[in-house]
Formats: sequence, C-alpha cells, structure tokens
Amino acid sequence: MEESKKVYWKGIEQLANSQEFVKHAPHEFAQPGPEEDLGHSRRDFLKMMGFGVSAVALAACEAPVRKAIPYVNKPMDTEASIADYFASTYINGGEYCSILVKTREGRPIKIEGNALSKVTNGGTNAQVEASVLSLYDNARLRGPKSGTKRIEWADMDSQITAKLNEVSGAGGQIRIVSNTILSPSTLAVLERFRAKYPTTQIVQYDQVSAYGMLKANEESFGSAFIPSYDFSKANVIVGIGADFLGNWLSSSIEFTQQYAKTREVSEEKRDMSRHYQFETVLSITGANADYRTQIKASQEGAVVAALYNLLAGKAGRPTVASGDAKANLLSKAADDLWNSRGKALVVAGSNDKAVQLLVNAINDILGSYGSTINTSLPVNYKKGDDQAMATFVSDAEAGRIGAVIFYNCNPVYDYPAGEKLAAAIKKIGLSVCTNSKEDETATLVNYKAPDHHFLESWNDAEPKRNHFSLSQPSITPIFKSRSAQESFLTWAGESNTDYFEFVKNSWRTRFFGTQTLFADFQNFWDKCLYDGVYDLPVAAAAPVTFNGDVNGAAGSIASTYKSGQWEVVIYESGNVGNGSQANNPLLQELPDPITKVVWDHYVTVAPKDANGINFSESFTKFATIKVNGKTVKLPVMVQPGQTPGTIGIPLGYGRTKAGKVADNIGVNAYPLVSIVNGSLGYSSSNVEFAITDERFQLAQTQTHNTFMGRQTVIQEVDLGSFKKDVTAGTFDPKISTWLDPEHKTDPELVSIWKGHDYPNHHWGMSIDLNTCIGCGSCIVACNVENNVALVGREEVIARREMHWLRIDRYYSSDAKADDWRGVEEASENPEVVFQPMLCQHCNNAPCETVCPVAATTHSTEGLNQMTYNRCIGTRYCANNCPYKVRRFNWFKYHDNSQFEQVNPAMNTDIGKMVLNPDVTVRSRGVMEKCTFCVQRIQLSKLNARKEKRRVKDGEVVTACQAACATGAIVFGDMNDPESKISKLLKIRPLIKDRPTINDKDADNPRAYQVLEEIGIKPNIWYLRKVRNKDIASA
Amino acid sequence: MTSDSRFVPLVLKTDTEPLMNKNLIASACKFISLVFVFAFISFASHAQEIPTEPTAIQAGETLFNANCKACHAVKRKLVGPALAGVESRAPSMQWIIDFVHNSARVIASGDEYAVKLYNEYNKTQMTAFTSLKDEDIMNILAYVKAEAEKVEAPPPGQGTPTTAQTDAVSSQYLNVILVGLVVILLLLLIILGLLVSALKRFLDQKELSEEEKEIIHSPITVASVTRSPGFIFLVVFLVAALGFKAVINSLFSIGVQQGYAPKQPIAFSHKIHAGQYEIDCKYCHVGVTKGKNATIPSVNICMNCHNQIKQGTLTGEGEISKIVSAFENNRPIEWVRIHNLPDLAYFNHAQHVNVGGVECQTCHGPIETMDVVQQHALLTMGWCIDCHRKTDVKGSGNPYYEKLIEFHKKGKVPLKVEEIGGLECSKCHY
Repeated sequence: MEESKKVYWKGIEQLANSQEFVKHAPHEFAQPGPEEDLGHSRRDFLKMMGFGVSAVALAACEAPVRKAIPYVNKPMDTEASIADYFASTYINGGEYCSILVKTREGRPIKIEGNALSKVTNGGTNAQVEASVLSLYDNARLRGPKSGTKRIEWADMDSQITAKLNEVSGAGGQIRIVSNTILSPSTLAVLERFRAKYPTTQIVQYDQVSAYGMLKANEESFGSAFIPSYDFSKANVIVGIGADFLGNWLSSSIEFTQQYAKTREVSEEKRDMSRHYQFETVLSITGANADYRTQIKASQEGAVVAALYNLLAGKAGRPTVASGDAKANLLSKAADDLWNSRGKALVVAGSNDKAVQLLVNAINDILGSYGSTINTSLPVNYKKGDDQAMATFVSDAEAGRIGAVIFYNCNPVYDYPAGEKLAAAIKKIGLSVCTNSKEDETATLVNYKAPDHHFLESWNDAEPKRNHFSLSQPSITPIFKSRSAQESFLTWAGESNTDYFEFVKNSWRTRFFGTQTLFADFQNFWDKCLYDGVYDLPVAAAAPVTFNGDVNGAAGSIASTYKSGQWEVVIYESGNVGNGSQANNPLLQELPDPITKVVWDHYVTVAPKDANGINFSESFTKFATIKVNGKTVKLPVMVQPGQTPGTIGIPLGYGRTKAGKVADNIGVNAYPLVSIVNGSLGYSSSNVEFAITDERFQLAQTQTHNTFMGRQTVIQEVDLGSFKKDVTAGTFDPKISTWLDPEHKTDPELVSIWKGHDYPNHHWGMSIDLNTCIGCGSCIVACNVENNVALVGREEVIARREMHWLRIDRYYSSDAKADDWRGVEEASENPEVVFQPMLCQHCNNAPCETVCPVAATTHSTEGLNQMTYNRCIGTRYCANNCPYKVRRFNWFKYHDNSQFEQVNPAMNTDIGKMVLNPDVTVRSRGVMEKCTFCVQRIQLSKLNARKEKRRVKDGEVVTACQAACATGAIVFGDMNDPESKISKLLKIRPLIKDRPTINDKDADNPRAYQVLEEIGIKPNIWYLRKVRNKDIASA
Repeated sequence: MTSDSRFVPLVLKTDTEPLMNKNLIASACKFISLVFVFAFISFASHAQEIPTEPTAIQAGETLFNANCKACHAVKRKLVGPALAGVESRAPSMQWIIDFVHNSARVIASGDEYAVKLYNEYNKTQMTAFTSLKDEDIMNILAYVKAEAEKVEAPPPGQGTPTTAQTDAVSSQYLNVILVGLVVILLLLLIILGLLVSALKRFLDQKELSEEEKEIIHSPITVASVTRSPGFIFLVVFLVAALGFKAVINSLFSIGVQQGYAPKQPIAFSHKIHAGQYEIDCKYCHVGVTKGKNATIPSVNICMNCHNQIKQGTLTGEGEISKIVSAFENNRPIEWVRIHNLPDLAYFNHAQHVNVGGVECQTCHGPIETMDVVQQHALLTMGWCIDCHRKTDVKGSGNPYYEKLIEFHKKGKVPLKVEEIGGLECSKCHY
C-alpha cells in the first residue's frame, strides 16, 4: 500500500503553527481548569476539612450542658413528674365553678370539674377550661403602679390610706365598684372597710344584667332574688329568648347538666323532655330545641303575654290585655305546658321586670314553684343593680364622689355608659383598681393594686344559698400582685391583713359549729379544703304565693315595645363570652358553637336580609349599624335561623387594652345597650342597617352548612317513631359482594384483613348526639391537655386550624334530596345537629396503609397511633382520611415570634408554663391528630400495674369526656363486658367465642358509625339524635 | 404559718416503700454493738482531775470516736457544742459526768446551765450514756483537752480546694495565654502589612513592565478577597467546624453520648455511697418507684446524713460543705444532667423499676463502682427496642398481666415485653 502523503491538520491553528498553538498543544484543555486557577487543590480542601473536623472534635468534647436542679427542701406531698390535684374554685365576677386544678411541679396545667360539688357536679365549660391560660397572661401587671410608674406596696398603701382618710374626714363619698361578689368572706372584708370609712357604698353590676328578674321577683314574692331552676324535673320546657344552655344567669354548667338528663333516651327509656324555643338570634339553646319559632326581639314581651293568656284561659284566671303576637306553635306549647302542669318550666331572657313578672305568673299557673323552681334556694350569680350603677355614674359625672375602688371589674369597657364613666374618673380625687391588668378601666385610675389570679389566691364562694366553696392557691404568685382582700384590709387599717387567716376564721365561726363529724377545727378545715366544698342543709322546694300585678306588667310591655324595620339583639358570644377573658387565645380560636367564626367579630343577619352577599363566595361585606344614635361597622355573618328583619351583635369584642391577643378585634357592643324600664335592655328597635360594598373574609372553621343529605353521617329520628320502633329511620348500609349480588351484606362483615385480637384492652368511645349541645368545652379541654397549637386568624382562613376535635354543626335543608345545589343551603329556620368529630381510631384505618414510613400504626389496644418523630410530612394519611381529622403542622408554631401573639402558650416564657409535660410539642412538617389521650391511658395502666390490679372502668377519662358537662362522651374498655361503654353500646364481638376480637358491633339501636359502609370499622360510635317531635310534623 | 396546713393535695398516695435498706440497718446494728464493747473497756481512775498521761488520752480518743464524734467535735459546733474548753465552761466536773450519764435528768432538775444549753441547741437532748464510767468520761476530757491544746496544723483534706484553685489559676493562665496569642498575631499582621508596603515601595523603584506593575498595585476588591485561597480556606474551615459541632451537639441533645461523664458541681461519689456504704438507691432517688423521674435527691435528703457527717473520706470537708452551704443559703445544687432523652421519647422509671423489676444497673451500669457517674447505656431507640424484645414480662402475681399471660400460654416461650405492645410507637411517643 502506497504511503499517503496527505497532510492532515486538526485546525487552522495547527496549519498556521503559531507560537500560541505550540505553547498550548501539549495541554489537554485549552483553558486551565477552575481548580488550578484558584491555586489550591482538592487535596488542600481535604486537608482543611480534616483539620477543621479534628479541631472541632476537640472543642466539642465539652457537651452542651443541661442542668438538673432538684429542690433544696422537697415539699412532702409533691413528686417530680407526678401530678397533684387541688380542689379550688373558679370565680370570674358572678361566674362560678368548683374545680380541681392539676399541677405539675408547682404549675397549674389543667382545670377539671369537681364532682363533689352539688352545684356544678364536676362539670366545666369553655370559659373555665380556658382560664388556666389566663393565669400565664403576659399582659398581667407585674406589680403595683401609681399612674404609669412602678411603686412599692407599702408606699402605695400609705398614700391610699392617707387619701381615704382625707376623703372620709371631709365626708366625701367612697364607692367600691365590682361585678357580682360571690364570696362571703370578701363581703365581710368590704364591711370592715366600710366600718373604717362609713361613707363607703358597694356598687355591684353585671356585664349581662339580670336586674329585671330581681325586681320582678321582688314584686312577685317580696324579696329580690333569683331562684334555683331545675330543668331536670321539667317535661316541657319553653324558653323565650333565654339562652340557658349558653350563659343565661351564668349557670350554663348546671343547666346543661339538668337539661341533658331530660334528653337521654334509650331502648328502655323511650321518653324525653320537649323543648320549645322562641327567639331572635339562633342560640345554642334554640339549636337544641325540638320546636323553634323565630320571633322579633320586640315581640318577646308580647309572646310571654300571649302565652300567659292562653294558660290563664285554661286555668280560669283573668287574662291580660296583650298586643297581637302571632308566634307559631305558641298554642301547641301552651297545650303541652298545661298537660305537664307541675313538671313544666318557662324561662325568658328579657331583663325587663314586666316580662319577668308575667313569666313568674305563668310558672305560678303551671305549678312550677315548688317543683322546677326552688325559691328557697336562691342563687347569687347575678346581684348587679342597674339603678345603683347608673346612680354611681351620674354621681361621678357630677363630681359627688371622693374616692372609688374598682374591685376586679372593667366598667369603662363593659358598662354601657363606660365612655361617660371614663370621663368622670378624672373628676374623682382618688381612683384605685385591683384589676390584674392595665385594662380599659385600670389605665385611667391613679393606683393599680393588682389582685392575684384566682389560681393564686385564697377565697371562698357561696354560689347558692348554703352551698359553700373554697379557693386555694395552686401556685406561688407569679408576679408581685397581692390579694385584693388583703389590700382592702390594709387600707382599712386592720392589724391582721392575712386573707387566708380571715377566710379560715370566718369558716371557723360560721361552719365549724354546724357539723359534728370533726371535733378539731383543723381536721374540719383540711376536709373542706380537700373537698373544695361544704354544704349546709337546704330547704326543699316549696310553693310560694305570687303577688304580682300582671295587668300592670302587660300594660307596660304593650307600651314599651314597638317593632321597628330593623331590630337588634345584643348577646354574649359563644366563645369569648362577656369579654372579660377575651385575651385568652384558647377562647378566641374556639369556634362559636353556631356561627363557627373564630378571631372575628360580626353581626348575624338572616339570609333574606343579606342583600348583595353571594353565599357561594368566601367573602362577606361590612355593614353599618346605627343603634340609638351610635354607629358601628361590622362584617355580616349570614345566619340561617335569624329572624328576618333582625340582626344580632355578640358582646365580648372590641377590647382596646386587654392584651396582644384581643386588642382591636371588632367593636365594643356594650355602648349599644340602653336602659329599658329601669334596667339594661339588650335589644332595640331604633336601628338603621345598611350593607356596604367593602368586602371582608370571616375566619370560620366550617363553611358548608348542611350535611347534604348524607344519612351515613348524621342520623336522627323523631321521638314518636322511636317510641313505636327503636330502629325506625336507622340507616343501615348494605353492600353487595360477588357472593351476594343482591346488595344485602353488612359492610362490617367484609374485610380484606383477617380480624385480629386485642388481648388486653380495646378502647372505644360513644358520643350521644342527643345530649351533646355543641358548647365546645371539649375542644378547649383537648387543646390544653394535648398542647394543641393555636394558629390565628390567617391560618384558620387557610383551613389550617390544629384542633384535634371539632364540632360539626349541620343545618337541615328544605331542598329535595336530589336537588344537589339546594341541599347546600340551609332552611330559613333550620333544625340543627352538633356532631363532635375526632379521629375515629378505625380498626382498618385508611391512613395507616398509605404512610410510606409507617409513622401511623395501630396498637394492640385499638388505638391509631401517630408517631411525630417518624413522620416526614407526606400528608398522604390526611388525604386518605375520610373524616378529615388529621391536622398538619404547616409551620413551627412554637418558639416562633410570628405566632407569639396567637399562641403565647408555646412562645412566651410565662405561657410555656401551661404546657402538659407529658405530651410532645409538635414541630413543623409533621401530622397530628387525636390520640384518645394516650398519656392518660398509659398513666392509668401504670397505676393499675403498680397497685397490681386491672384498670378500673372509669379510671381512664379522656380530656374531652372530663370536660363534657352533659356526659355525652363515654370512653372505656370494650373488652370488659362490665364497662359502662360496653353496657351502653351493648357491645358484641362479631365472633362469639372471641371476646377480644377487634371486630365488635353495637346492639344499641341508637348506635351508628359514621361512614360505616366503607368498612373501616371505627372505634367510635355515635348515638342517633332523637327529636321530641310529633310524627305528623316530622 | 405552716405551708402544709394550707396545701392539701387531692392525691391519694400509694404506699411508699420502706426507705431504709436492710444493709443500712445492719451497719447501724454494728455501730451500736461497738458502742457497747467500748463501754465495757474501762480504765480505773476515780480522780476528778483531768488526766494528762498519754494512755488516758489514747483511751479517750477511742471512746470519743465511738461515742461522741457523731454529735461533737473538739473545735467545731456540730449537733452539739464544740467540746474544747468544756472543763472550764461547765459548772463542775461532777456536772459534766451527770450530764453525760443522763442529760435529761440534769435538765429536768432545772439546772440553769443545762437548761440554757438545751435551749441553745434547739432542745435537742443528748443521748444518755449511762454505761460510761466516770473515768471514761475523764479520759474523754483528757483527749479533748489534749486536742484543744494542739497547735493548728494545716488541715488534711486540702486536696480539693487546692485543685480547685489550680483549676481557677490554670484557667486564668489560659486567658492570659490567649490574650498574648491574640496580641502576637496582631503584631504579626502589622509587621506583614509593613513588609508588604516596604516591598511595594522597593519594587516601584525598579523598572518593571506595565503588566507587573498592575499586579503589584492591584486593588483589594470584594471579588479578589472572596476568590483568595485564604478566604476560601477560612470559609470551608468554619463551615466544616460549625457543621461538625452542630452534629455533635444534636447527638448530645438526643442522648447519644455513651460514656459521657461530666464534672459535677459536687464531687459526689456513688462508689462511696452506693458501693462502700451500700445505701439503697431508692433512699436518695425517691421517685424511682413512683413516677417518670427517678429524681435527683433534694438537698434535705443529703442533709439527713450530712447533718452529722461533715468529713468526707476522699475530699474532707471541701465537698460536703457545699451541700451544707446550699442548704443554709436555700440555693439548689445545679447538677449536670447526664442522661438526656429527647423530648419526644417518654420513659417512666416506675414502669421499669417498680412494675418490671428491672435493676438500676441494667441501664445505668455498675453505678456502685463509679466515682464519677457516666452514661453507661447507649440510650438509642434501638437499644430500648432490643431490650423489649429480649426481656420476659415479670407478670406473675400481678393481676394486671394474668389475663395476658394466660392468653399467651398456648406458646411455650415466655411472654416478652414485645408481645404486650412493647414495640408500639405510642408506648413511648405521644
């Protein structure tokens, strides 16, 4: 082969053979690589790395030191990590509850009801449950102040005493202003103060007054008192604007318990009370009524008068002149009442003494006195005197008051004439307050002498005649506060100012002699302190003679109330109440039972009247409301059940100096309250209302209104049908299988898993939809027990609230079942069902099968376990959960300044003291959900093992169950045939000779499981709602 | 005002274990018998004068150590007064003898000095030593007198304070050295800067190409600094160092620190207390059978014994005085925590020690041989799980477990913790 002479070249550079080309030719790369450019090599990097690591390894030998600090002198009965319980008393103005305070290492972390109390019987409500966080409120005063300056107690005392002497010496008037005082010892202290300064008068007022009722009873029976009501003895209950399951007479705990007793039905007891409600705003009471009639606020008196006439007619008493009240169902109610004479009760919410007088007359006709009403057992929750308070404000304005002491009350905010009072305080020479915060009133006074929180102080209370209750400190005072009673004693110049001694001595003189059980006072005192309560014998209910002027009352009603184009009702909010605890984020984030609104203030408006608001949008609009010349602007909450032509405004918002949490939410509705017939009237017809174009989004936890005809979620039946056939109306889902194409198979019999055994315990829960009134105290209890994060308004709007337990509120719909769009809209006057919804702890849980990292698994006791430290946050489980009860931590809610305002319990040093040390605080990116309070289960099991026994039935109580005053929630071991839950649900293992099998069925005809047909076998049963309605109207 | 009358907790306490361990009782018995033995050995002497011969002093020392030392020292106040000079203080020699024989009788007789003494010492009555003969008492007095007259010698237990001082000194030196190093480094930096400028000046005088001049006068910009090898080295070093430190710290925070034996504020030795004196663990760690925490003893538990025992075998008074001062100043002792479980893990001592009957040593190792406590177990989840897999349930005689054991009896292998849910997540995580 001839050698080729051809010359090949790589490129034009080689051909040219330039100097540059020759220089670079031997190199692989035309340009030097970046490493060489930097002048150091990979090897250098490794060297540095090695040096760094070894250097730090030496430095790191000193570990981050964590200290363990034991006591110097360990208190006798306190063990680290073991909770102590102290019996005590919740007192907030006239609100009362006998409680047990759970403390860990000297910090109160949870409040539960005291079952020994004959007044509250172990019940609590949302306000009581939440109050433990108010103890750790960062807005509390750190110590006494003079004006805006810190001052020592001794200096303050000498200044105040000198001024009081000066005022008193000159004959000037001294006033002590407070809410209702429940404590007999406190009243005795104030008497000592009055003895020293004789011109002192004590003025008590209530945020939501019952003065009209006091006056009416004075006219009817000769003395101003509020009797004890006993709903449990009533077969027929008629409420006219009285929200007795809400906070009417500050007695919600008692009344819900009594009411629930009459609402229990079963196969054996097929009878229950019948409840009629006539009201304007859809209240929690109206939502639970069997028959509810919408009336206008101005008609309340007329409806009472008409009911009186109907009953007087039957009883042969003279009727009164009444306007025409055309309220639906009124004559039916009258018939039922008349037929249940002696076992009937009529209550009205009006604060007008004329209306209350007629109600007294009705109850007199019905023979309620002596049965459902006990006049010999008066209650002390509402002692507010509207006239005395009005006189005080006018005296102050006229400069006739020399000194005033506000004892734990905030009238500048919560008294209708607060603005006038604010101006008048400046005219008073000496103004002092014992409020624990610099609130609207406290900022205006000369001296701030902060009282302890009730969990830090000694006190006593007499909620009802001859029922006494003690309050004991469960923590050393956090700040330099001082018991208000001690302040009063100091200012009165007493030598012994120790209030503890004072209470103890007054119990010695008053009660020690009334018993024979203890010979030694100390033993008696210890017993009272241990129990928290002491009762003296009470007189049985006795009939009384009614002496009221019914004609005068009817005349007064006819002349007072005129209907208007728009009418307004001002009512206590279902979550923040009267606003005294508004700075408690647990309450702000608790959905209102009816509207499900959190963190926002609103006006409720009937759907008919909400012109220009498109319900399918998430936005609502602002409205301006002018009441008696005062204008407020609030967003509209379209509320089914609201009487058309009326609007409702909740109280409790519009705080300006409550603290970071509550300030500047909504407007203060107290100034809209006016004086009607001598007492505060919470409704008005002098109203202008207009919806503006300004848009607003309310934060609501539930935005769809009805259950859209899904019988598998909500099941209810009327009592008439239930009496005939306990299974009437039961939705019993059937499915078809390849063996059974006929669609007849029970879904619980079909499973792709073989049943397994729970050899030890099988935890289960039952929730009675009949006795659940939807109040929400279980939600707060769950939050506190399980360190559930609060997320704030914006996050709730983004559907990211963290509540493990929610209460779904469903309205009925008028639409036909196949009108898919229509069933989403509630009726004008809907029936309401509340359904607590929490993790159902399914035996075949859909969440467990989709978790890629096995972070959610099933225990051998039937619990669906959630392991936070294993969770990587895929959220598959939440997507696969048919109940939507799994909550995801979208943010780090603890130690995050962005959530400090809404979640102080996890973000401030003081707030963190409330956290339950037995429950992990979850971090960002993990899923969480109801655990059935596994920490409580574990504790009870440990106690049983230590004491070498089985766990007793009723020993494990979940937080929601403990908080439920009506006993709607029952929890227990379904493997134990003797347990309350097994007996209530009539639990039966599906395979007879395997009592511990996971597959169990409930034979109680009312028991059903939500979404039973998808075969996931939940461990929670619901008991169907039964309404006491006639079959015809059902 | 007593606090206990005010706070009446509602807890119904379970029966507490008898805290005194039988070993302790046994050693107490030994002690008492020794007292008797010495009581019978006596020297004959009826003189009312304090003897001075060495044999008497020696005998007195033995008696003193056996009978008196628990409550008295020669020059220090303990439970009772310092005894130095007692012979001149007391009304008479006979008074001393009577008081030792039966102090209660002397006090009851209304003797002025006795009553004063009694009140001064919080009405603590001295034990009656009826077995001590008069000459024994004289011998003791002889010993006391001899001791009192001894010239103050440097105290023997000086080891710890001096080491503490040297510690302090060495840390002071360390600071000085550090400051010195920083100063030297700064000086070096200045010198280098001067050198650079001098070199620049020198180079400027030379004839150089434009390119080379540019290099010399290239300004220091952010880019040139960030690209400089030194800076990159520094960043890499810092990142690596901090990263490594963070990893180590997080390992510590979840308790993965086997062998961790930090220095404690008081050089407490488990070897002496649990090993040598065989004090039951539960005597000090009172919570171990009751709840989650075994509890580090509060100072008042230490004071139960150290009220009397003021001299340590290893450290003399130095360490024990820290307990006393904590007690007197009401200031808690800040121990360094050794066993740190992460917050997400729940561990309960009562379940393991009380119900499960697990020995302390199973997890804490041979604690009775440790002068300084160290973390023995790994405390990782794998370690927990491993034990739960291997351990049999000690459930016989406990009705809680009887049903489960019966349920299990079909198999022949004993019931393991694993099989009663010992591996379930929410046993430890909630």
